[in-house]
Amino acid sequence: MSARDQHGLAAPHGEFQIIGKPQRKIDGAAKATGSALYTDDLTLPGMLHAKTLRSPHPHARIVSIDTSAAQALPGVHGVITGKDLPTPYGVIPWTPDETALAVDKVRFIGDEVAAVAAVDEDTALRALELIQVEYEVLHSYQDPKEALERDEPTIHQNKRGDNVSKRVKLDFGEVDQAFETSPVVIKGDYSFHGSTHAAIEPHCALAQVDGDGLLTLWSATQITHYVHRALSSVLDLAPHRIRVIQPAIGGAFGGKSDPFSLEFCVAKLAQITGRPVKMLWTREEVFYAHRGRHPMEMQYSLAANEDGKIQGVDARILIDGGSYSSFGLVTTYYSGQLLTGPYDFPTYRFDSTRVFTNKPPCGPKRGHGSVQPRFAFEVQLDELAEKLSIDPIELRRRNSLGPQTKTVNGQRITSCGFDECLLQVEEASDWKNKRQSLGSGKGVGVAGSMYITGTNYPIYPNEMPQAGIQIKVDRSGVVTVFSGANDIGQGSSSMVAYVVAEELGLTLDMLRVVAADTDLCPVDLGAYSSRVTFMVGNAAIDASRKLRKLVVGSLAKHWDVEERRVRLVKGEALDLEDPERHMTMAEAFQIAEVEHDTLGATGSYNTPTLGGDYRGGSIGASPAYSFSAHVVEVEVDEETGRIDVQEVWCAHDCGKALNPILVSGQIEGSVYMGIAEALYEHHQTNRFGLHSGPSLLDYPLATTLDTPEIKSLIVESNDPEGPYGAKEAGEGPLHSAIPALSNAIFDAVGIRLRHLPFTPDVVLRALREKRANDNQAPSPGSDA
Amino acid sequence: MLRLPSFQLEEPKSLYAALVLLAEAKGEAMVIAGGTDLLPNLKHGLFAPKLLVSLARIEGFVGIEEEPDGALLVGPMTPLARVAESELVQAKAPALAQAASLVAGPQLRTQGTLGGNVMLDTRCQWYNQTHFWRQSLGYCLKKDGTACHVVQGGKKCVAAASNDTAPALMTLGATLRFERLNEKRELPIKSLWSPDGIWNKRCDKDELLTAIRIPAQDPGHRGAYGKLRTRESIDFPLLGLAARLTLDHEGRVQDAEISGVALAARPSPVRGVADVLRGTLPGTAEFDEAVEAAAQLAYKQLRPLDNVPGSAWYRREMVPVLARRTLQAAAKGEGPVHPL
Ligand SMILES: Cc1cc2nc3c(=O)[nH]c(=O)nc-3n(C[C@H](O)[C@H](O)[C@H](O)COP(=O)(O)OP(=O)(O)OC[C@H]3O[C@@H](n4cnc5c(N)ncnc54)[C@H](O)[C@@H]3O)c2cc1C
Ligand code: SF4
Repeated sequence: MSARDQHGLAAPHGEFQIIGKPQRKIDGAAKATGSALYTDDLTLPGMLHAKTLRSPHPHARIVSIDTSAAQALPGVHGVITGKDLPTPYGVIPWTPDETALAVDKVRFIGDEVAAVAAVDEDTALRALELIQVEYEVLHSYQDPKEALERDEPTIHQNKRGDNVSKRVKLDFGEVDQAFETSPVVIKGDYSFHGSTHAAIEPHCALAQVDGDGLLTLWSATQITHYVHRALSSVLDLAPHRIRVIQPAIGGAFGGKSDPFSLEFCVAKLAQITGRPVKMLWTREEVFYAHRGRHPMEMQYSLAANEDGKIQGVDARILIDGGSYSSFGLVTTYYSGQLLTGPYDFPTYRFDSTRVFTNKPPCGPKRGHGSVQPRFAFEVQLDELAEKLSIDPIELRRRNSLGPQTKTVNGQRITSCGFDECLLQVEEASDWKNKRQSLGSGKGVGVAGSMYITGTNYPIYPNEMPQAGIQIKVDRSGVVTVFSGANDIGQGSSSMVAYVVAEELGLTLDMLRVVAADTDLCPVDLGAYSSRVTFMVGNAAIDASRKLRKLVVGSLAKHWDVEERRVRLVKGEALDLEDPERHMTMAEAFQIAEVEHDTLGATGSYNTPTLGGDYRGGSIGASPAYSFSAHVVEVEVDEETGRIDVQEVWCAHDCGKALNPILVSGQIEGSVYMGIAEALYEHHQTNRFGLHSGPSLLDYPLATTLDTPEIKSLIVESNDPEGPYGAKEAGEGPLHSAIPALSNAIFDAVGIRLRHLPFTPDVVLRALREKRANDNQAPSPGSDA
Repeated sequence: MLRLPSFQLEEPKSLYAALVLLAEAKGEAMVIAGGTDLLPNLKHGLFAPKLLVSLARIEGFVGIEEEPDGALLVGPMTPLARVAESELVQAKAPALAQAASLVAGPQLRTQGTLGGNVMLDTRCQWYNQTHFWRQSLGYCLKKDGTACHVVQGGKKCVAAASNDTAPALMTLGATLRFERLNEKRELPIKSLWSPDGIWNKRCDKDELLTAIRIPAQDPGHRGAYGKLRTRESIDFPLLGLAARLTLDHEGRVQDAEISGVALAARPSPVRGVADVLRGTLPGTAEFDEAVEAAAQLAYKQLRPLDNVPGSAWYRREMVPVLARRTLQAAAKGEGPVHPL
């Protein structure tokens, strides 16, 4: 790591003007008033509309495809099949197992087979009906256990000839010995069901090829850079002949991280037809595209001392990957690698296997790969607390790893506010008075967690910076910042504006942010792994400080004073010691431009070398970790099994809240999402391999009425390497909401829910089982 | 977005014009009221009418009137929100106001009508899906296919009546006026239903529902509606129960009734409820026991099938709970029972 990547915690000029204070989002008004342009809002002259033909079978070989009748339909301008785009791709370069359209096989109901561009959607849909596809239906796998045990047929070809997508087995320390010598051992089976992102905006892409053959793609993607790379490879077109732009986006949550079929199809169809081509997926198609949370079956064993100190953790995880790899290699690592904080594990082992099944492909959803193991482990910790009669918060405190430490798998922990998080939820929720004492059907539960702030694994190996910023200065005082980062509603473009405004002493209305346009912006690796604030924020400070130095230097010369006397603040430059001497920033920029010629600056960020010295040791190695603790309060109707979540307190250590409103928003959104997926959502297929209900009616997202009171508590541990000390807030605060809910239900009614989701029927069965067991419990004196 | 199929739209201003249009179309037309059920179904390819006859502009189709004898006459195009908020309906037919207040969500209640709710198509997880989805499934008996996926090997469609207001109207003894060109008849709503999920109504598809009449209730009338659904808003019923108690001048139960919906193809009354409750005084242990007995009758008789999403076992287990809570709410002049 170079000095470029670290900028200290302090404000550039004594006191923060913008950072740390509540600010509006720079695109808030445009989105609220409807003037923001999303991909589907864009129309171009002569534009065609495209639709996708999908597989009706969960697993089949394509024997033949006849598109002639579709081609002949008036109004149809282009029809493509897998033959037209045969190059495989995958977001992880080691697992390129997808094609834009199926080449010889389909692997789930909804897999893409052909695409048509026509004058309108209705004509394109009619053309799809005319495409004749002959399939040879194959055995389909809906159960991951069957996919693990059975090899024939395989869903993808690999050297082993099995259905395993990835297996990671890692051992740290003498695990078996820890289990042999520890006085307390707890074992249990846990499972996490599938859930999906359900962002409000469906995927949409628009492509145009200009007279020189330059391709422009507008797409609702959260990773412009990987789409750019994948397009270049699949279309066999030099990257400098392609421009990718992300317009305003209606949410993503990880569901727009992969390159998707529609992006390649509209590009190819635009090339073939010479006309702009747009494709907007229906909600049903978005459910098929999925890439949501992996279902996991998890066996955990925990060894501990009588005082509750953890001695060893041993996990075996079966991951249902669905039909393609997507980020699955990383998911498999994350399922084990991210569990090793905020608690001290002296020994740890995990054995995770991801298998393919004939279902919509799983991928990264908020809290990628680590929400599921966190659920299992935090419920198991609660079981340990119960067994040892230790307050669950106290148990977590005793095991807390603390700042400036190293995890058992070699991850470097710098700042850590976990103890403070525990304290804050304990106090705010009135935990001590509520636990075990709320009365019938009511209870509280706690859980903690840790998450990465970006990773130093750049997806494709390279040593270039992970984030870049470019600044251009206008004589009017307007400063335009070019940021490669994808603002997916989390506010990353606003964050860039806050940082640059702070550093250059500008007001926010002097800033313009141009983002996620591969022609205009420096590369950023995209909105995933909670990396953007940390990495792009640092790059923005880096660029701003270079520019600031030029401006301050010129002014100091101009006024003939020492540089330390020059202040840039709220759109003005002033001399600290002479109140008479001040000017607008526009004038200041002009003075600097005279000395330095056209003004501008670039900034970058790259992670230090991190991670354990073993294969995969850099996956999940993050420059900083965020920490969360949740307390959930519930009321359970013991007659109906209905769970009413009354309130959730979430304390989250985000390092430093650059804009506390946005941090609270992320905490609230995370808690909402976690509780909703635990209680209502279930992304699954039925006995025919069909999605059980690909609509927003059948896939029930919580409404406002179903959402608990949420109290967000911000903890600032001031990370030494984060921009002004910031870490992440987008994904961490989801994790422990779910186990805290399960633990609260235990406190309320004494049932341990180890298997998600907690729908009323599941809860009612568990309650009845418990009642039956309680009634059967041998009464004193009986010889049973 | 899913596309609508193309159709012709007529918006007659008089009932007569509407009846003529329907007669001329010879079964190729469908009626559209608020469209909140019809339009999603059209997008799913469940129907392909050549003509839609909208009732939106027909004069006199919106409104709630009290007749001289105290009966309520509700126009078929009266929005559910208006039915729910009407003080008249709340006072005279509380179960109906409560049921209407729990249909779908606020926007859909503003657009959806009482007539449309009575005439709602049955619902099934294997049927209320897109054309692509149903095609992948190989369709089902109700449309384009030969097999039922709810009752395997079954020869009859058992898609669920899912209209919340149906059981409420049944416990209120409502009658429906149906009209066809030069033809008019009144039908008690209890006689409307048939057990066939494909078309669960004993009326022809070209008959127009032109009025819903709720007879004057006894001064001792008490009514309530209870609904089980996944979320607190939007969702169709997983189970819906309406309860009526008629109390005599001493406040004892003189007559009682429960009807349920979201079970099988037709909304079903529970038999024998009046017998177990008659003579009991709400608020006493005797009444509570009778309510429990009525709840057990409901449990025995109402058997939700695996037609709508969610666990049929759970829906069945909730029958007695909902029956008890709804009867108790009716006795106390409370309700709706929701969330359960
Ligand atoms: C997301 C969602 C949730 C829903 N939740 C519920 C719910 O919880 N409970 C519930 O009961 N319903 C629910 N519905 C269905 C629907 O909104 C309501 O039933 C509504 O009352 C239908 O009325 P409408 O006026 O919109 O009917 P339309 O959609 O216009 O018509 C429905 C059917 O009735 C026929 N029809 C309408 N009026 C007449 C008439 N006067 N004579 C003859 N035939 C007629 C139509 O031809 C059509 O077949 C939901 C719908 C959606 C989209
Ligand atoms: S009950 Fe459902 S699956 Fe069976 S025929 Fe009716 S709609 Fe089809």
